[in-house]
Amino acid sequence: MIIEYSGLREINGSLVVLDGVKGASYDEMVELRLDNGTVRTGRIVQIEGERVVVQVFEGTKGISLVNTNTSFKGHPIELSLSPEIMGRVFDGLGRPADGLGEVYPVEKRDVNSSPINPVSRVYPKNYINTGISSIDALTTLIRGQKLPIFSGSGMKHNELAVQIVKQASVADGEDFAIVFAAMGVKNDVADYFRQSFEKANVMDRVVMFLNRSNDPIIERIITPRCALTAAEYLAFELNMNILVILTDMTSYAEALREFSSSKGEIPGRKGYPGYLYSDLASIYERAGIINSSKGSVTQIPILTMPNDDINHPIPDLTGYITEGQIVLDRTLDSVGIYPPIGVLASLSRLMKDGIGAGYTREDHAKLSDQLFSCYAMVQDAKSLAGVIGEDELSAKDKRILEFGKRFESEFIAQSQSENRTILQTLELGWDLLRMLPREDLDRIDDKTYQKYYLK
Amino acid sequence: MQENVIYGINGPVITVKGRTELSMSEMVYVGNAGLIGEVIRLDKDAAVIQAYEETSGLRPGEPVKSTGQPMSVTLGPGILSNIFDGIENPLELIAASAGSFIPRGLRPSPLDENKLWDVTVTAKVGDFLNAGDIYATCPETAVITHKVMVPPDVCGKVIEVKKSGQYRVNDTVVVIEKEDGEKKELTLCHKWPIRTPRPITERMSLVKPLITGQRVIDTLFPMAKGGAAAIPGGFGAGKTVTQHQIAKWCDADIIIYIGCGERGNEMTQVLNEFEEITDPQTGENLTSRTVLIANTSNMPVAAREASIYTGVTIAEYYRDMGYHTAMMADSTSRWAEALREISGRLEEMPADEGFPAYLPSRLSEFYERAGYVKTLNQSEGSVSIIGAVSPQGADFSEPVTQNTKRFIRCFWALDKSLAYARHYPAINWNDSYSEYLSDLSQWYIENVGEDFVSCRNELCSILAEEKSLLEIVKLIGSDVLPEDQKLIIETARVIRVGFLQQNALSDIDTFVTTDKQLRMMRTVLLLHHMAKELITKQVPLARIIETGLFDKVIQIKNNVTNENAADIDLYDNEIKSVLSGIRE
Repeated sequence: MIIEYSGLREINGSLVVLDGVKGASYDEMVELRLDNGTVRTGRIVQIEGERVVVQVFEGTKGISLVNTNTSFKGHPIELSLSPEIMGRVFDGLGRPADGLGEVYPVEKRDVNSSPINPVSRVYPKNYINTGISSIDALTTLIRGQKLPIFSGSGMKHNELAVQIVKQASVADGEDFAIVFAAMGVKNDVADYFRQSFEKANVMDRVVMFLNRSNDPIIERIITPRCALTAAEYLAFELNMNILVILTDMTSYAEALREFSSSKGEIPGRKGYPGYLYSDLASIYERAGIINSSKGSVTQIPILTMPNDDINHPIPDLTGYITEGQIVLDRTLDSVGIYPPIGVLASLSRLMKDGIGAGYTREDHAKLSDQLFSCYAMVQDAKSLAGVIGEDELSAKDKRILEFGKRFESEFIAQSQSENRTILQTLELGWDLLRMLPREDLDRIDDKTYQKYYLK
Repeated sequence: MQENVIYGINGPVITVKGRTELSMSEMVYVGNAGLIGEVIRLDKDAAVIQAYEETSGLRPGEPVKSTGQPMSVTLGPGILSNIFDGIENPLELIAASAGSFIPRGLRPSPLDENKLWDVTVTAKVGDFLNAGDIYATCPETAVITHKVMVPPDVCGKVIEVKKSGQYRVNDTVVVIEKEDGEKKELTLCHKWPIRTPRPITERMSLVKPLITGQRVIDTLFPMAKGGAAAIPGGFGAGKTVTQHQIAKWCDADIIIYIGCGERGNEMTQVLNEFEEITDPQTGENLTSRTVLIANTSNMPVAAREASIYTGVTIAEYYRDMGYHTAMMADSTSRWAEALREISGRLEEMPADEGFPAYLPSRLSEFYERAGYVKTLNQSEGSVSIIGAVSPQGADFSEPVTQNTKRFIRCFWALDKSLAYARHYPAINWNDSYSEYLSDLSQWYIENVGEDFVSCRNELCSILAEEKSLLEIVKLIGSDVLPEDQKLIIETARVIRVGFLQQNALSDIDTFVTTDKQLRMMRTVLLLHHMAKELITKQVPLARIIETGLFDKVIQIKNNVTNENAADIDLYDNEIKSVLSGIRE
């Protein structure tokens, strides 16, 4: 029998407090029924004897101390799962939002999941060909990796994410699907993604969880967890390769901060709660491959860096958890280079084991090292040119500068529909390096030099 | 005894109402699921417990069972080659019984209880065994002999011994009678509380280096056996790769690698790589000398806090057998954040950036457990601690880095701009230091070469000179510098690219003997000195560079193997003949 508690003791932001509750369990799901018939969902975030604190996802607007009946569901928040979720659209709490009715559950899962046992993980090694030179050659995406895009407002991160999805799907074949979670994104951004998926004819392989910017803020805390629960089900139960796109993680972290401050917790840096790292990790660490299944979960979280500051707590802590990052660069963006990937700050940690002979080509690691090193020299030459003028530069600095210009306009830049093969990308890299004499190439050994540079 | 029940739940923090018999740091089982917890505060009317597992689903009124024991680890054969979580749960066993995801409330025995060990009992009836004395041995892995020791808080006369033969970890092999007449059965294992350092006879001075095979460490900023070092660096600067390299190649007998709040895939990588690599010293698989403790960032936060202590206790246990152990903690910042998270839930008054005021004292307690010691059984052993620090925003002025700096003597500062240029290891030679240098000089002079320290110092001074010259170059370009200063810049480039940079993925370069390191330094300096002499004779530097010698010297690291280090002499000869050609 489910007992309903009538009335509340206290309301504070998104939190409500009830007294005299017996037998409630921590993290349990709660339903609040208002007098006008509407129902809101919450979960228990603190228990002290018979007093419980409930976080209400849809916000507390319209709730009074007397107009609400509360019931406890006896289980944590769960998501109904079945193979039929493919092609469906859900709201931020995992309820159907496309008017096609409830999902008949084959299985219900706690959205918080359990941590993957490190010994059961399979180290990700298969590279995903995205067709984008700067990613394939320099920050290779690996299946099972979590590789965020660090962007800023106004930059083309959505276009880049769509291009990755479109071009990666081609290489992957049948059991490939996309789980898309939007946290606090604008309606037109959500539509842009949907239209792009439709144009690419992948809509029946997409599961969408949408919390738009005008949807309740606290709901965002659950959205990525719903999306990843769906992804884990599809990947590890149905053996599919899942690409999860989470956007925008900045809105997620802000929702968490709002929740934390209304709970009266002691803040860490910039008002974010001290557990922001653990909380973000509980999302990002759900990417991976396990040895009991053929599927994989690859994550591309997108976050907009406030004020383009990579040291802001959100990108900072994200970078410590994810396996690298793709950083978009405002200067490249402003001169019209797409994709504006700042290659020096970008990194893929799993790249070294997924490239080379047997994966891409034996010279890949050396080539990318050399391109990085040369492009780093370009930055030095640029700043020197800024002081003494380009004409005064030494011959070496001048040719380095020339290399940098072509690298940006030919290697980094490509159109949104251009899909380069890995061999095209590598050859393009060597073409550029041939602008420089042997003594400038300090990362390349003689053998590679003979075989690829002199070819 | 009164039954304790849960009153309040707030994340991993559980309160029990009333005056209880629980004691501080006692281990308890929380709720019907039996989650492991530890008592962290006792008030007059409530006890506060931190749970080491996810508390979702707990209800007020569920029981809290006391164990009467502090948080302890089980120490015995079977620890090596194993992988544990932060409170010594064996992860492989959990995976075998529960699948790929970690469930709650599972408490398998940390050591395999059914495995038979080939035990040689060395104690005899009538012997008096002191605390720490060895009474049996058994081969634990292909390279490590496990020495079974009397627990540090027990001593007595042997009244019964079993024959040498095959025993399980919980089988009694020796019975002793304590002074008060009480009999104590000794098995192959015993428990020890993780927060109490294991006792020793005395600390000794640190005079032997921990050789890592990494040039920038061994030559420029050496680490002592029994020392403590920190590797701070922002994300992507290469902390983990540096830790992996040290774990793989350093000359300690036993490696304890703690993944504290880091990525799950990194632990898998360590598992996979260590199985493939052969230890250069023993010729055996690296896993046979390694213990992994994996408490990844999505595993419960309180167990993350404990993982550091679990690791250092295991390190001390093997030290007591007379082994040199090295412990890598990646990353201590996550541990400090776990402290902060728990402290926040307890509503303690925060100090810097929300960290609790006791952060420095906890850090010093931890790093002080490193040391080169004479153990209770009079053998020599050491615990070296290498802690990674992940400063927020790569800002070294934050509290964890600053406080860590006070308790370590070796600081390898990783630099993002070096990492961006893919200069690995990205250890910045201007910001890093090692206070062990002077203590270890004698060892280097006696064991590597008389000129090792002088070569090292000259290398450093060239790099320092380069730093100040680069300030000028940044403003006016390099063309205006006089020739001898241009030479400094050119030699410094050779040192940076040809010596400090080291490729972890190259078979030849990943590990370099101290002998080869010294020979490389000598060649670089030979080139520098001869070129300098030519310049004083008005030969332009461009002519010397034209010979291609500088780039040749850079390639030594890729072309000469450790075994053929003497081949570097050929480079010396070439330098001499080519440069004397210029003279004419």
